[in-house]
Amino acid sequence: MNILTARFRLYWPLTKPLQSGLLLATGLAGYMSARCPVFHVGTVLELAGSLFLAIAGSTVLNMWWDRDIDAIMKRTRTRPTSSGSIPADEVLRLGLILSVVGVGWAVAMNPLYGLVVFAGLFFDVVVYSMWLKRRTCWGILWGGISGAMPILAGRVLGLGGFDWVGVALALGVLFWIPTHTLTFSMKFVKDYEAACVPTFPSTYGLSYTRAIIAVSSVLAALSMGGAAIGIGMAWGFLRLLGVLSAGLLMLAFAITFRPSEQVNFGLFKYASIYMLAAMILVVIEVL
Amino acid sequence: MKMSSLDRILLLLTGLLAAYQIAVGIDGLDAFAITFYTLAFGVLLVAGLLMLILGLSVLDSPVVVIVSTLIPLSLSLGLVWESLASYRTPYLLFTILGFASVILTRSFSMPGNLSVIALAIVHGVAGMVIFLLPIVFAINGQAGPGFALVGAGGGLIGLGGLLLSFLKAGRPILPKETVLKVLPGLLLVMTATYVAGFALR
Repeated sequence: MNILTARFRLYWPLTKPLQSGLLLATGLAGYMSARCPVFHVGTVLELAGSLFLAIAGSTVLNMWWDRDIDAIMKRTRTRPTSSGSIPADEVLRLGLILSVVGVGWAVAMNPLYGLVVFAGLFFDVVVYSMWLKRRTCWGILWGGISGAMPILAGRVLGLGGFDWVGVALALGVLFWIPTHTLTFSMKFVKDYEAACVPTFPSTYGLSYTRAIIAVSSVLAALSMGGAAIGIGMAWGFLRLLGVLSAGLLMLAFAITFRPSEQVNFGLFKYASIYMLAAMILVVIEVL
Repeated sequence: MKMSSLDRILLLLTGLLAAYQIAVGIDGLDAFAITFYTLAFGVLLVAGLLMLILGLSVLDSPVVVIVSTLIPLSLSLGLVWESLASYRTPYLLFTILGFASVILTRSFSMPGNLSVIALAIVHGVAGMVIFLLPIVFAINGQAGPGFALVGAGGGLIGLGGLLLSFLKAGRPILPKETVLKVLPGLLLVMTATYVAGFALR
């Protein structure tokens, strides 16, 4: 039992629990947004289990693949994969097991849902991390698409198919991701340069990056607003979403015209709170 | 000044209460009144979140004086719009001119005490409206007795607004450390009295 607990403690940070938790929250919100005729607790638990395993699996595989550049960057050099506290083969096995079990479980629940979950994992691990991340800064677009898959997967499972609301929800997450990741890459631009990973700040400069953050914030707010209207969200919750979106836009405006380290950090954190709050509103609306 | 865990909890509760008020507490009112109240509680919510994320150092920004003026102005405008139909247009004009004067006097250098005078007039009038109207309505039966709590909140916002504005204007009424120490608690009590007052009217 002690060995199992020790292994769990060792493996748990590899799954980036906060990031995986936020993506899982989007998946659950996507499912609940479908207003399923019958609220199946069992299905919700299965959705949470399969999605978490698939997300965690892809995160572990990314960490395994990026262990060489993680060892160069100050921010990531203490990760178990780059510090060598867990052998690379063991990390690969863990990532594969989590991914196969997660995707397999998802396919068994609903093949279309499983396909979307698999697409998210494939875009993240193969297209983004293995193929594009070290070649072009535009790779984050594919990272964003994979990040948008959990909410689409949840919606597809709840609805049994695709609809425009699911696409709008996915676009909301897709456009939110640059707001989050580009502010992050601006903060750690030297780290990425040292590891020879192209980023928007190092390729196009800070002004261009800030403009992209501002535009993607506007598009994220519009997409989430459109999806909320499509879901049939009550006026009160729409008002609240509008206020939170206004805060996001205000910070995006500030980072474009009055940039500072403080505003950069504020936008990075606020963007996470915004997404979590938007997901909570979708869930509360349905409950 | 480092923010304590208690300050963080107080700001989080303030944000949650403001969010509740926006989502639930002002339903069923006139569309304009809802808009003005949403603006007031929205500024409270976003400001609370930013203080939570960035710490109280965010108050050093020159924009704070302008943005913090929006809270009493829009809240008082909502109250006037809802309850005193004949004063709607004049008070709307006062709100627009008052807000414009605060922006102008904060953005350009002004002779003498003009910037402080503009701030004092705008905060003073808006604070008095929020303080007096609900209490008067609660006394004469136009609203339930609990609505007087909004007036109590008005007193607090007037106090908080003046403390913060004069601190930012370089003429502090109390030392900066004291203002920053009481601000999270003041914001929470103020928001709680508003929410309770609107619920009990």
